[in-house]
Amino acid sequence: MCFSQTPEKKRWQQRWFCRYCRQRRRRAAPEGQRLTEGRICAVQGLCWASLGKMLTNISNVLRACAQRNGAAAVVSARTYADFTNEATFEIKKCDTFKLDEGPATQVVMTRDEGLQYYRTMQTMRRMELKADQLYKQKIIRGFCHLYDGQEACAVGIEAAINLSDHLITAYRAHGYTYTRGGTVKKIMAELTGRRGGIAKGKGGSMHMYCKHFYGGNGIVGAQVPLGAGVALACKYQGNSELCVCLYGDGAANQGQIFETYNMAALWKLPVIFICENNGYGMGTSVERAAASTDYFKRGEFIPGVRVDGMDVLCVREASRFAADYCRSGKGPILMELQTYRYHGHSMSDPGVSYRTREEIQEVRSKSDPISMLKDRMLSNNMASVEELKEIDVEVRKEIEDAAQFATTDPEPPLEDLCNHIFHNNPPLEVRGTNPWSKLKSVS
Amino acid sequence: NEQKGQKTPATVTVRDALNQAMDEELERDERVFLLGEEVAQYDGAYKVSRGLWKKYGDKRIIDTPISEMGFAGIAVGAAMAGLRPICEFMTFNFSMQAIDQVINSAAKTCYMSAGLQAVPIVFRGPNGASAGVAAQHSQCFAAWYAHCPGLKVVSPWNSEDAKGLLKSSIRDDNPVVFLENELLYGVPFEMSEEAQSKDFTIPIGKAKVERAGSHITLVSHSRYVGHCLDAAAVLAKEGIECEVINLRTIRPMDVESIEASVMKTNHLVTVEGGWPQFGVGAEICARIMEGSAFNYLDSPVTRVTGVDIPMPYAKILEDHSLPQIKDIIFSVKKTLNV
Repeated sequence: MCFSQTPEKKRWQQRWFCRYCRQRRRRAAPEGQRLTEGRICAVQGLCWASLGKMLTNISNVLRACAQRNGAAAVVSARTYADFTNEATFEIKKCDTFKLDEGPATQVVMTRDEGLQYYRTMQTMRRMELKADQLYKQKIIRGFCHLYDGQEACAVGIEAAINLSDHLITAYRAHGYTYTRGGTVKKIMAELTGRRGGIAKGKGGSMHMYCKHFYGGNGIVGAQVPLGAGVALACKYQGNSELCVCLYGDGAANQGQIFETYNMAALWKLPVIFICENNGYGMGTSVERAAASTDYFKRGEFIPGVRVDGMDVLCVREASRFAADYCRSGKGPILMELQTYRYHGHSMSDPGVSYRTREEIQEVRSKSDPISMLKDRMLSNNMASVEELKEIDVEVRKEIEDAAQFATTDPEPPLEDLCNHIFHNNPPLEVRGTNPWSKLKSVS
Repeated sequence: NEQKGQKTPATVTVRDALNQAMDEELERDERVFLLGEEVAQYDGAYKVSRGLWKKYGDKRIIDTPISEMGFAGIAVGAAMAGLRPICEFMTFNFSMQAIDQVINSAAKTCYMSAGLQAVPIVFRGPNGASAGVAAQHSQCFAAWYAHCPGLKVVSPWNSEDAKGLLKSSIRDDNPVVFLENELLYGVPFEMSEEAQSKDFTIPIGKAKVERAGSHITLVSHSRYVGHCLDAAAVLAKEGIECEVINLRTIRPMDVESIEASVMKTNHLVTVEGGWPQFGVGAEICARIMEGSAFNYLDSPVTRVTGVDIPMPYAKILEDHSLPQIKDIIFSVKKTLNV
């Protein structure tokens, strides 16, 4: 029973094995104290997760029996009212820099929130994998930087801000285009360069835009001053909005970012700088690129937080903390999200010449954001396996439909070639490839 | 600015005309603001923004640290989010530090977003040669910026140009590169009553015939328009009547005005301060050749340009690095074969 524990330890700290799942569990805490993960049911030596699974199995069997017998009465041992509506989770404590206190470590997630995060992350995951497929079929061309593995970042951030806030990121932008309001259909059609794309096929993977989302930027680091400029506009207009400004561990060494830190702090701009540290700037690991890999401290005079970017609740809590800080007029704040990308830098990078397959596999099995959320919800009786499977099926269908649209929608018409050079401008003539080719451009 | 509201023509320096334009546009539209090095409390490195900080305060006239790439990017971001920034580069030489933001973030965005994202920004500042500031501070960027689709590039000469074009640039919903000239700041020009009104604008993309003539067309922009007019005055005494065209806008270039003039005079000389290779004059030559005016030329087009060297410091060398009036006169006579 007790292995490495001294006899003085209280009875309720003893560990034991659940008879069903054979996982080690703690006994229930004494009265008045909060339970941590793995609450146990005293009945039959089962842990709660296993008890839940047993009940689900029983209900499935009953339902199956009812169907086979053609019974009109629906026998269902479980309804959605049986699920826990909300649960408290203990999340990793964030390292802080120049802050007296950090984000909360005990957070509440409701069932609805959990399902929404799950659906969104799964949609992003499947969308990126479909893009991988289409790229290998040469239906998507050029650059394609995939976001799978990092879903918790985009979803966690969006859960903490409003759609009326602003966001700008670099080229690994498909996920953010989705969380900011773009549809999967329009995103995929933009990747395949069709007229139904979010930028009418004119932008491609790296240049997608929607309301209060400023792309999608191809030049490494250039989006950081832009983000501070958006924040300046928010402050100027006095609208209590803020700008979330993302960049990677590679970009973190760009000079213009330090220029931006200086001006943002000087003018107290409402900007949240977020470094998505996935360990590699293209093929260069962080140790080979940065004299200091404490990216959350690189703001020097800007307070920083280092966050587990694979845990959507951790990201959400830290983003809430950062948003409160910004909106209170204290100026910019810096967040480093420690995350991981499963794919290489882009589709032309297999991603295994500078890191091992074992490393990728280890992250997938131990820290996958979607699996983590799923385990949390199941072990806290917030959803059933079937329910989540249903969501998977719906997501798969949505992606299939979107891919279908993206491969069958026609390319932009040639008449569109020279349009949109200017905004709100009278039509003008554009020189084609030869002097006799005079093309028309409208706004 | 003391002349505002009066009905008689007044003499206004280019500096004051630019100041008036910014003052009027700042007053007219809440979203307009100015940022750059020394624009606020110093009254502007060249005093172009004198008095504006006192009138409008910290919110609208912003002093920046020496961070061109950073503050140019911030200005572009602010434009994307709905404001109308005027981003001053102390000289356009320093815009090279920020050129990625001007081209990739500002110029190309409307196209890449298929019209979803506009960038109503003006980048302004002195361009080209000054006096004795040597190689790193004397480059003309007209050709570099005019090369890029998505930008409008404007180059005023006199006070009326400066005021009308700056107002149009600020009101334009697209990125405009506004190339001033430091040597012209202190030069007074007459401004008509019309030009003194608060709503006076000059359309971007239209050239102006400053002097009518019949023997040869001189096309120029910025400071060298003045040189062309001086050369024309000298040549008139010898019976050669030059038509002088002030381009006003480099991109989009008003080729129609040049063609109409060439069809009348049959001879063309371009005059600019920038380097010859791949320059404004080179573009004019190519466009004339491709268009209908080619058939009206009695001789090839002549380009008068800066010498193809980095700008030297010594006065005698500097004077000989840029087109002088005698160079224009010489080129006109050679083109006319007189």
